[in-house]
Amino acid sequence: MTGMPLRFEEVHYRYPAGVEAIRGVSLAIEPGERVAIVGQNGAGKTTLVRHLNGILKPTVGAVHVGDWLTADHDIAELAARVGYVFQNPDEQLFARSVQADVEFGPRNLGVAPEETTRRAEQALATVGLVEQRNAHPHHLSLSERKRVALAGVLAMHTPIVVLDEPTTGQDAAGIDMVGTVLDTLAADGRTVIVITHDMDFCAEHFRRVVVMTNGQIQADGDTRTIFGLEEALAEAAVEPPQLVRLSQRLGWEYSPLNTEEFVEYCARRRSERIG
Amino acid sequence: MIRLDGVSYAYPDAVRPVLENVSLDIGRGAIAGILGASGAGKTTLAKIMAGFIPAVDGGELSGTVSVDGQGMGDLPLAEAVSRVGLVIQNPFNQISGARYTVREEIAFGLENFGVARPEMQGRVDEVAELLNLGPLLDRSPYELSGGQQQLVAIASMIVLRTPVLVMDEPTSQLDPAGTRMVFDVLSTLRGTGITVVIFEHKLELLHQHADALYVLADRSIVAAGDPTDILADARLAEWHIGSTRYTRAARAAQDRGLLAGLQHLPVSLEQAVAVFADDGGAR
Repeated sequence: MTGMPLRFEEVHYRYPAGVEAIRGVSLAIEPGERVAIVGQNGAGKTTLVRHLNGILKPTVGAVHVGDWLTADHDIAELAARVGYVFQNPDEQLFARSVQADVEFGPRNLGVAPEETTRRAEQALATVGLVEQRNAHPHHLSLSERKRVALAGVLAMHTPIVVLDEPTTGQDAAGIDMVGTVLDTLAADGRTVIVITHDMDFCAEHFRRVVVMTNGQIQADGDTRTIFGLEEALAEAAVEPPQLVRLSQRLGWEYSPLNTEEFVEYCARRRSERIG
Repeated sequence: MIRLDGVSYAYPDAVRPVLENVSLDIGRGAIAGILGASGAGKTTLAKIMAGFIPAVDGGELSGTVSVDGQGMGDLPLAEAVSRVGLVIQNPFNQISGARYTVREEIAFGLENFGVARPEMQGRVDEVAELLNLGPLLDRSPYELSGGQQQLVAIASMIVLRTPVLVMDEPTSQLDPAGTRMVFDVLSTLRGTGITVVIFEHKLELLHQHADALYVLADRSIVAAGDPTDILADARLAEWHIGSTRYTRAARAAQDRGLLAGLQHLPVSLEQAVAVFADDGGAR
């Protein structure tokens, strides 16, 4: 499966109550890119990505999903292109069993019954919920319900996947699982967009980061460069990942994004000092 | 202040208990952090501490839960909720649905406690200032972002001034600034003698703010003690709790033959700066 390009053109969005949550956003994402959107609560991150599946339509400007303008397509049509995992799983889950919930998406897209079942089983295996397939979603814990919602979107095989805060409420194993899912989707060439407050997770799994403040994009670039921008991040109230903060305190001019990079750089400095 | 002795619990119709023989004793004015993997029973334990189990969920509870020496099992739920406030995991479910503004939402519990209106307003304003909710007081709770709703849920419990506050992942929807603010508020509350029990995955913040950490695994408390000792415990991986990136980096560096002779693994930024400044860091 290949990804699909996305484009926001000078998008503004004003809620009916009058709050202008998006104030002129232009953003292009290439097929197969993996992008993290970060920023304070209320910066407009969720409002922005809700334009991708057509829940919201721009007040001004345009959003392109592949060759479609979202203004010309409804949520049901866009669902074939954009899989969207809500921040709150309870906005998404409604069926009486985990399996039925996960099958709902592909079935609704017109996928044949055997294929739907196969995909649901595969998705449940990916998120580690095979044993819970017959449970009622509301008898599961919040972290499990979030994984059901994720499985439901995975089963739809959409070229674009959007996840709003996928790691909240997950333990270390759950966060690793979400990371593996993202790596697999990316390896598959799909376009992945994630909203997250977990900067350590962000550093370890994303090559591009978009920083939002106040309904606008404050910074957009490759992860290492973005996390090196101390002042811009402070302005956006984004705290760099732990290892980047450590490297800054140690006076390094290099921002390690994961443990391997950190230790590698440590070892290099040491051998240079000895040599 | 809050004490559990040999608490075991099974949900109605469950084949096996969720918790077995849990004992802990958290002193007045302490912040206690409880760590545990998903499914370890954290939410169940939080509800037991707050008296919602067995009163609401039913099931089989044995052992005793007491607050300030008073057994919670002997109290009607209405009485129990005035002693222990519970901030539940999903803020979307804590919002009462019965009120139209954030101000009314925060005041909802006080109304139920029969607090007089002038005092109620003073207390709502006070907690709104503490959590930076002033600008949102006249908005509808449903128009707020996830993080803002979570702050409202926290405010609606803090305003009750219960002697014990139990919080189940209270910062899951918050950005780092909001998370810090909540932990700072908890530290302030601790100063007024309020006891806080917090179920949380954010290890770096727990290290900064908690007086003690407890690990819930295999249906019971398997480790308890000083945050630095608990966070450096090698068994955290087995318990699916993970460790801070500082600890992971130090372990990986040791595996590479760096940091020879290191006695204590760093668990916080400050400790990591001290460790790595001597080896591979700034000279």
